[in-house]
Amino acid sequence: MSEATAHRAVAGARASLGELPEELDVATVRAALGEVPDPEIPVVSVVDLGMVEEVDVRADGIHVMLLPTFVGCPALDVIRSAVEERLRSFGRRVDVRFDYRVPWMSDRITPEGHEKLRRSGFAPPAASQPDQPVLVQLGAPVACPNCGSRRTVLENAFGPTQCRAIYHCTDCRQPFEGFKTI
Amino acid sequence: MRVAGPLATALGELLRSMADDEFVIGFSDSEWTGIAPLLEEDVAISSLAQDEIGHAAALYGLLGGLTGEDPDAIAYDRVPAAYRHCRLLDHGRGDWAMTIARRYLYDTADGVRLEALVAGSWPPLADLVGKLAREERYHRMHAAVWLDRLARGGDGTRSRLLAALATLGPDAATVFAPLPDEAALIDAGILSLPMADLEARWRASIAPAFATLDLPLPPSARDPARGRLDHGEPFSWLWREFNTVRAAEPGATW
Repeated sequence: MSEATAHRAVAGARASLGELPEELDVATVRAALGEVPDPEIPVVSVVDLGMVEEVDVRADGIHVMLLPTFVGCPALDVIRSAVEERLRSFGRRVDVRFDYRVPWMSDRITPEGHEKLRRSGFAPPAASQPDQPVLVQLGAPVACPNCGSRRTVLENAFGPTQCRAIYHCTDCRQPFEGFKTI
Repeated sequence: MRVAGPLATALGELLRSMADDEFVIGFSDSEWTGIAPLLEEDVAISSLAQDEIGHAAALYGLLGGLTGEDPDAIAYDRVPAAYRHCRLLDHGRGDWAMTIARRYLYDTADGVRLEALVAGSWPPLADLVGKLAREERYHRMHAAVWLDRLARGGDGTRSRLLAALATLGPDAATVFAPLPDEAALIDAGILSLPMADLEARWRASIAPAFATLDLPLPPSARDPARGRLDHGEPFSWLWREFNTVRAAEPGATW
């Protein structure tokens, strides 16, 4: 039994006995959120993607504020349930909400997130340049996640999900997907 | 900021008009899924459609929060005459040139409208608009690239674009049809300028591209006060389409 599983089992047992749950700090909750994968790109977690804006542990439960990557992302409900399910193992009430108070930007993806994306064949997003026209931003050279070449072309600014664009590498001649800069 | 009384009614009209616009153009675009002229465009237009339906859902959510209605019920359970999208979106899907002309006219106008709301005083809308505006930049880029391509295309291509602009142009400015009691929204700081001023700003914003491509600028709307009314048969058709599942299985959820 891993430490995390054991922790969950103990917390669950205590909760079911009606005992007061043990002390829980924000770092522990954040670490647990780091285990919740993005349903569309499961190699990265909601933490890697920079979706977790606020975590609060209060007397009435755990409160989490998430930022949607895209307003119409169809995975939001799945993400909410996955986060709720993971955090319920702490034996407290869980409140997860999405908010637009801070707009999610691709710049929020962590360096670890970039590395995980690259390793699984996705080009991480280029840094945003808010003053530049979208076409200029999209024209920024994106390194091929397969061979590292920068001789790549944007094939389609729109891809299989809202957050992805499609590229082609002129060196290894492979198509690849990249995370949109937004 | 507390929103109640006449201000709540005016805000509701604004949210309804924006949500219906996004909902209707999203469903119109989704009519291309599987049959767009290029594979890459099939992906692009489907992604655009998904964005717009998502934007509509978020806006219906805000409206529902204001009125206490279920957002899905607002989206689906109205008769066609109760929708408040602009008449620019009432011409049926048409060919690819119609689709691009509609997208260009709508996306540029919507961009001006979003700019007038992003610094607004009602945080739920201003926050959402800040996020929508980031996504809509991609839509405007897509429409601008295609407008350029069709306008510079061969005779058959350019003439189709001109025909589309002749059909849609007279309704283009209906995006800025005056809203009931929009003065209340301006007084409350939710909307920065009257719709008529936004229309002028929009015209100035598209004039350079239209001049470069030698395209006719859209005329003023024929009857601005009715710009979001009298939807006609193409919308009734679309309404039946997007209500098919809802009608077959009332109360169904995903």
